[in-house]
Amino acid sequence: MAIPARRRAADIMAFAFASLATVFGLVWLAWILWTTFLEGAGALKSSLFLEMTPPPGSSGGLLNAFYGSAVMILLGLVLGTPIGVGAGTYLAEHGRYTRAAAVISFVNDILLSAPSIVIGLFVYELVVRPTGHFSGYAGAIALAMILLPIVVRTTEESLRLVPDQMREAGFALGQPRWRVTGSILYKAASSAILTGVLLGVARIAGETAPLLFTALNNQFWSSSLNSPLANVPVVIFQYAMSPYDEWHELAWAGAFVLTAFVLVLNIVVRVIARKGTQK
Amino acid sequence: MNDALAAPALRIEPLQSGGPDKPAKIEIRDLDFYYGKGHALKNVNLTVPSNNVTAIIGPSGCGKSTLLRTINRIFELYPNQNATGEIIIDGRNVLDRRYSLSDLRRLVGMVFQKPTPFPSSIRANVAFALSYYERLSRSDVDERIEAALRQAALWDEVKDILNHSALSLSGGQQQRLCIARTIAVRPEILLLDEPTSALDPISTAKVEELIHELKEQFTIVIVTHNMQQAARISQRTAFFHLGELIEFGKTSEIFTNPHEQRTRDYITGRYG
Repeated sequence: MAIPARRRAADIMAFAFASLATVFGLVWLAWILWTTFLEGAGALKSSLFLEMTPPPGSSGGLLNAFYGSAVMILLGLVLGTPIGVGAGTYLAEHGRYTRAAAVISFVNDILLSAPSIVIGLFVYELVVRPTGHFSGYAGAIALAMILLPIVVRTTEESLRLVPDQMREAGFALGQPRWRVTGSILYKAASSAILTGVLLGVARIAGETAPLLFTALNNQFWSSSLNSPLANVPVVIFQYAMSPYDEWHELAWAGAFVLTAFVLVLNIVVRVIARKGTQK
Repeated sequence: MNDALAAPALRIEPLQSGGPDKPAKIEIRDLDFYYGKGHALKNVNLTVPSNNVTAIIGPSGCGKSTLLRTINRIFELYPNQNATGEIIIDGRNVLDRRYSLSDLRRLVGMVFQKPTPFPSSIRANVAFALSYYERLSRSDVDERIEAALRQAALWDEVKDILNHSALSLSGGQQQRLCIARTIAVRPEILLLDEPTSALDPISTAKVEELIHELKEQFTIVIVTHNMQQAARISQRTAFFHLGELIEFGKTSEIFTNPHEQRTRDYITGRYG
């Protein structure tokens, strides 16, 4: 049967609009990635990973910033994940059907979309002011606070996705809740929870605002978490704003490495998620 | 002397499909069940004999599954679900809050409509509850796993792949694994909630054969939508309608000569 011309025209219009909208959205992303690659890949040298941030006018690398970022992300992860998984478990399991859980879940959603600079200021008041100085600890705490609601949310959602039949089967065997949760539900939800945690890491890896108020920056090598700590996002921020060409180049290199890290993390997440659904 | 021999013989009526009457295992007295305000079971009184298969039949929403979920108190997972009345097993009311859930569910195992293997190995599935209830040496655990899998007629199919994921088994094998996992802790009562409705005919036949053998050792209560199945495997049948127990008796009688018009209508396919 022939399709009327009007319907065909409407179909072409709708298709064209949807395609254009997609292209419009992707163009900017491609542009950003391409520019970062062009400018950053050129600045990739071994010295980037071996030398400290230089004073203006001389060459150097970002070793201290990479180190500081890695340590703070790791500590943020260690602080945020257990609390987040625990809270998510409470919301999905123990506190299910309770008003308290519903309220906490709602508040967690607000925290999820809280501007990160507010979290930076909060930790500034909480840690930096009382101790009197910026520190890696404060930075890690700020990052943990950004990670926390992400982990809470994904843990809660992943556990809720496990069918109730699985819980009933565990309870019908006379098992207490901790064993049903620990041995059955976590296993069933593990790839989803891990995915959430890794996406959270990708998110905190690029956070600048909360670190400005907490870890600040350090031009020199420092492995002490009790003093200001260099980190990639703040270095990029400061160097990009500077008038020196060497610093611009380092900022591009840092941006490139950071972007590549987040990209790789996202690919890993995809692979894990796919494995999870195949099971 | 003659009287003493004759007296018990009078009380025992032979079943057409299952030998003499067995003593009561579960006594349900004045049981009411509520989903919030919905009255799902209405004043149910039912005595389940031991080492028999008792089938619960009736149209959808008649309270069949609810009855099973009351016996092991799995309904307590959900808010707003309440049971009143008594369920006496071995002389104790299991609906009493003081009766420990862990003890009750060790005594009363349950297998569900959809196979629910845990996302771990076949071995871990069977060992899961076992290792919680009993402190056993590794070799004892292995023995018990083998015994349970043999009893569930699954051993020959899985003995070489015990460390494989339980999710890699077929649906029928998964369901028999769930039965093995349940009987591994040596319960006395098995509750089966439409255990074959998600299975193909061949798997269904295997599970039915299994049920037939398991009744030697367990008291089985099975909910089924399939009336032929009830007729094939059970010695007693209870017909429920709209939350009420309409008729309960020997399976052969319920299916050939029911007393109640509603039972007759249901088994002849007028509704349901």
